Amino acid sequence: MMSDFTSNFWNLYIAIATVVALVFTAWILLAAGKDKGKASDTTHVWDGDLTELNHPLPNWWRWLFWVLLIFSAGYLIYYPGLGSFKGIGNWSSTGQFDKEMAALEAQTRPMYERFMAMGVEELAANRQAMGTAERIFQNTCARCHGSDARGFIGFPNLRSGAWNWGGDPADIEQSIAEGRTGIMLPMGDALGGEPGIKAVVAYMRSLSGLDHEEGLMTQGEALFEENCVACHGMDAKGMKDIGAPDLTDNVWVEGGTERAMMKIVEFGHNSDLADGDFAMPPHKGVLSKGQMYLLTAYVWGLTSK
Amino acid sequence: MAITSKAEQFNYTVVRQFAIMAVIWGIVGLLVGVVISLQLLWPVFNFDLPWLTYGRLRPLHTNAIIFAFGGCALFATSYYIVQRTCQTRLFCDKLASFTFWGWQLVILLAALSLIFGITSGKEYAELEWPIDILIAVVWVAYALVYFGTIVKRRTPHIYVANWFFGAMILAIALLHIVNSLAMPVTLFKSYSAYAGVQDAMVQWWYGHNAVGFFLTAGFLGMMYYFVPKQAGRPIYSYRLSIVHFWSLIFLYMWAGPHHLLYTALPDWAQTLGMLFSVILLVPSWGGMINGIMTLSGAWHKLRSDPILKFMIVALSFYGMSTFEGPALSIKTINALSHYTDWTIGHVHSGALGWVGFITMGSLYYLIPRLYGRTEMWSVKLVNTHFWVATIGIVLYVAALWIAGVMQGLMWRSVNVDGSLTYTFVESVKASYPFYVIRLVGGLLYFLGMLLMFYNMLKTIGQGKSVDVAVPTATAPANA
Repeated sequence: MMSDFTSNFWNLYIAIATVVALVFTAWILLAAGKDKGKASDTTHVWDGDLTELNHPLPNWWRWLFWVLLIFSAGYLIYYPGLGSFKGIGNWSSTGQFDKEMAALEAQTRPMYERFMAMGVEELAANRQAMGTAERIFQNTCARCHGSDARGFIGFPNLRSGAWNWGGDPADIEQSIAEGRTGIMLPMGDALGGEPGIKAVVAYMRSLSGLDHEEGLMTQGEALFEENCVACHGMDAKGMKDIGAPDLTDNVWVEGGTERAMMKIVEFGHNSDLADGDFAMPPHKGVLSKGQMYLLTAYVWGLTSK
Repeated sequence: MAITSKAEQFNYTVVRQFAIMAVIWGIVGLLVGVVISLQLLWPVFNFDLPWLTYGRLRPLHTNAIIFAFGGCALFATSYYIVQRTCQTRLFCDKLASFTFWGWQLVILLAALSLIFGITSGKEYAELEWPIDILIAVVWVAYALVYFGTIVKRRTPHIYVANWFFGAMILAIALLHIVNSLAMPVTLFKSYSAYAGVQDAMVQWWYGHNAVGFFLTAGFLGMMYYFVPKQAGRPIYSYRLSIVHFWSLIFLYMWAGPHHLLYTALPDWAQTLGMLFSVILLVPSWGGMINGIMTLSGAWHKLRSDPILKFMIVALSFYGMSTFEGPALSIKTINALSHYTDWTIGHVHSGALGWVGFITMGSLYYLIPRLYGRTEMWSVKLVNTHFWVATIGIVLYVAALWIAGVMQGLMWRSVNVDGSLTYTFVESVKASYPFYVIRLVGGLLYFLGMLLMFYNMLKTIGQGKSVDVAVPTATAPANA
C-alpha cells in the first residue's frame, strides 16, 4: 500500500517539504514584518460593525519567531531530520539509549561482579543483594506472581514449595532466562466425557487428601493409569523435564476446586503465548545475567533459605 | 414572492439546531467524562457491565466532546458567521439541513457502536468504516454549503474567521479520509490500510492535526468573530492574522510525530515532529495576541460582561496550552511527561479552557440572537457558570500537572544498584488523591454546563425563533 519510509522518494519528498515549509514561513514573516508603520485601518467592514486595524507585528513576537526558525535550522543540521541526512552530531535515539544503558552498566558492574562470585546460598543470605533482587522482582515478576510472590490462579505461587520445572537454583535460573512453555493435553474425549473426567478428578483429589467419592476414585485410578501416567508418572508425582506437575502435593496452579480441575482435565492447557494463553516468558535480553542470578537466589530463597 | 423573501433572510434554522445540540452533547460528553474519572477512583462504577467499562466509555467521552459538542458548535458558529460576514443566505438549504441530520446520525451511531465495543482502535478515529463513510459524505456536504456561501458572498473580502473555518474543512476532509482508509472485513470490522510504524505515523498525523485544525483553527474562527463583536472593538492586526494563519497551516502538518517520541518511529520523523511543534508556539501566540489585543480598549467591560470573561480566559488557556504543547514536544521534557497524566492535563487545559470556554462565550452571544433577543435569560447565571467552570478547570488541570510530573519522576527514579525505585502500582497509589481533585474539577465543569442548559431553555422559552433579513444597505451587489 505504501512505500517504506526508507525508499528514496519519501526521503527527498520529506526533506524538500520540510525546507519549503520553513522557508515559506520565514518569507511570510519577512514580508509582513517589513512595514513597521503605524496602525492603520484596513477600511474593511463586515456584518455592519466588524472592522480591522493593521498593527505592525509585535517586535518581541517577530523576534521569537526568528529565534525559533534559526534554532530549527541549526537543529536540522546537527540532528537527523532532513530525509536520510544523519546530522553532523551523529546522534540517534538508539545511540542515546545504548549510552545511558552502558553508563548504568558501568556503574553497577562492580556490585554485580561481587554478587556473581557468590554461591546462591550465600547470595540469598546477603541483605544488600536481596534488597536489589526484591526491587527487580517487584518491577518484573510481581505483575504475574504477585508482590507477595504467592501467585494467582494460573500463575504459580513461588512460596508453595512445589516446583513444576524443578526448584534447584539451576532450574530456577533456566525458568527465568528461557521461560517455560508447558502443555496439558485436552483429555475430555479420551476419558469418555464428563463421567470419566469426574472420576479422574476424584482420583486426583484423593491423592492430595481432598474430599472425593470413593467409588468414583477407584474408577478414576484406572483411567489415570491408562491416560495420565505418561506425563504425571505412576506415582502421580509429575515430571520436571516437561513441567508436568506433582498431583500429590495439594498445590493447584490452575485452581483446586473440583470445577477448576475438571476444566483443565477436559480442555487441557497450553501455556504457549502464541495461543493467547499465559506462559512464563523468557527474560534473557530483558534482564542482565547478574539480575537474573540475583532473582534466582531470591526466588530460591523464598522457600529454601 | 415567498421564495424571494426567503432568499433575503439568513438561514438561522440550521444554526439554531446545531447550537442547541452543541449544549446537549456537551452535557452528555462531560457526564461520560465524570463517570470515567469516577471509575478511575472506584472501578465498581462500571457496574460490571461491559458497555460501561472504562475502555468503552473513554472513547465515547472523547468522541462526544470533540465531534459531538465541538462539531455541533463549529457547524453552528461557522454557518452563522459565514452568512453574516458574507451578507448572504447559506448556500443550499437542503444540503445544510442534511449536514445537521447526517451529523446527528453519525453521533448516534458512534455512541452506540463504541458502547457495544465496535472500534477500529485508532485514537480519536475509533469509528468503524460505515460511519467513516457517512462522516466523509456529511463533511463534503458541509464543504459545499460553506464554500458555496463564500462564493455567493456580497462582500468584497473574505473575513478572517472564514479563512480558519475554510482551512479546517479542507484539512479535516483530507485527514479523515487518509487516516480512515481500511479494508472492511464485515460490517463492523475493518483493518487499517497501513501497518506497524507507518500506521502509527498516519494515525498521529491525523490525531494531532485533528487538534490543530478541528480544535484550533475552527475555534480560532469562532474567536475572530465573536470576540470583536462582543467587545465592540476592531480586530487588532490584519497583518498578524495573515502571518499566524499561514504559518499555523504550514507548521501544524508536521507536528504529529511528537506523539511518538522515543518509539520505533525513525529519528528523522521524531525530529521534525519536535521542531515543528516547537515553532508552532509563535503562530499560536499570534492568534492569542490578536484576540487579547482586540479586547484592549474594552478592558473595563470585563468587569460586567461574563461573556467577555469566558473569551479572555479561553484566550489565556489557548496561550498557555500552546506554550505547554511545544514544551512537551521537546524530547528531553517528553521523556519525563510521556504516558503520564501531565498529557491528560495538557489536553484538558486546551479542551476545557480554550475549546470549551470560547464555545460557551460564543454560544452565549449567539443563542439569544437566534431567538430575537440580545441577552441570555439570566446574565447572572452566565457569570455563575463562568466562575464554577473556571474553578473546575483550575482544579482539574493543576491536579493532573502534579500527578503527571510525580508519575514521570517516580517511573524514572533509579537506585544506585540500577533497580527502579518504585513499582508502577506505587505511582498509581500516589496518584489517587489527585484523581479525587480531578473528579471534583470535572464535576464543577459539568455543573456549569447544566446551568448553561437551563439558561438556554429559559432564553428560548422567552424568545421566539427569528429569521433575520439579510441587510442590503451594507451589501452592494457588486463591490
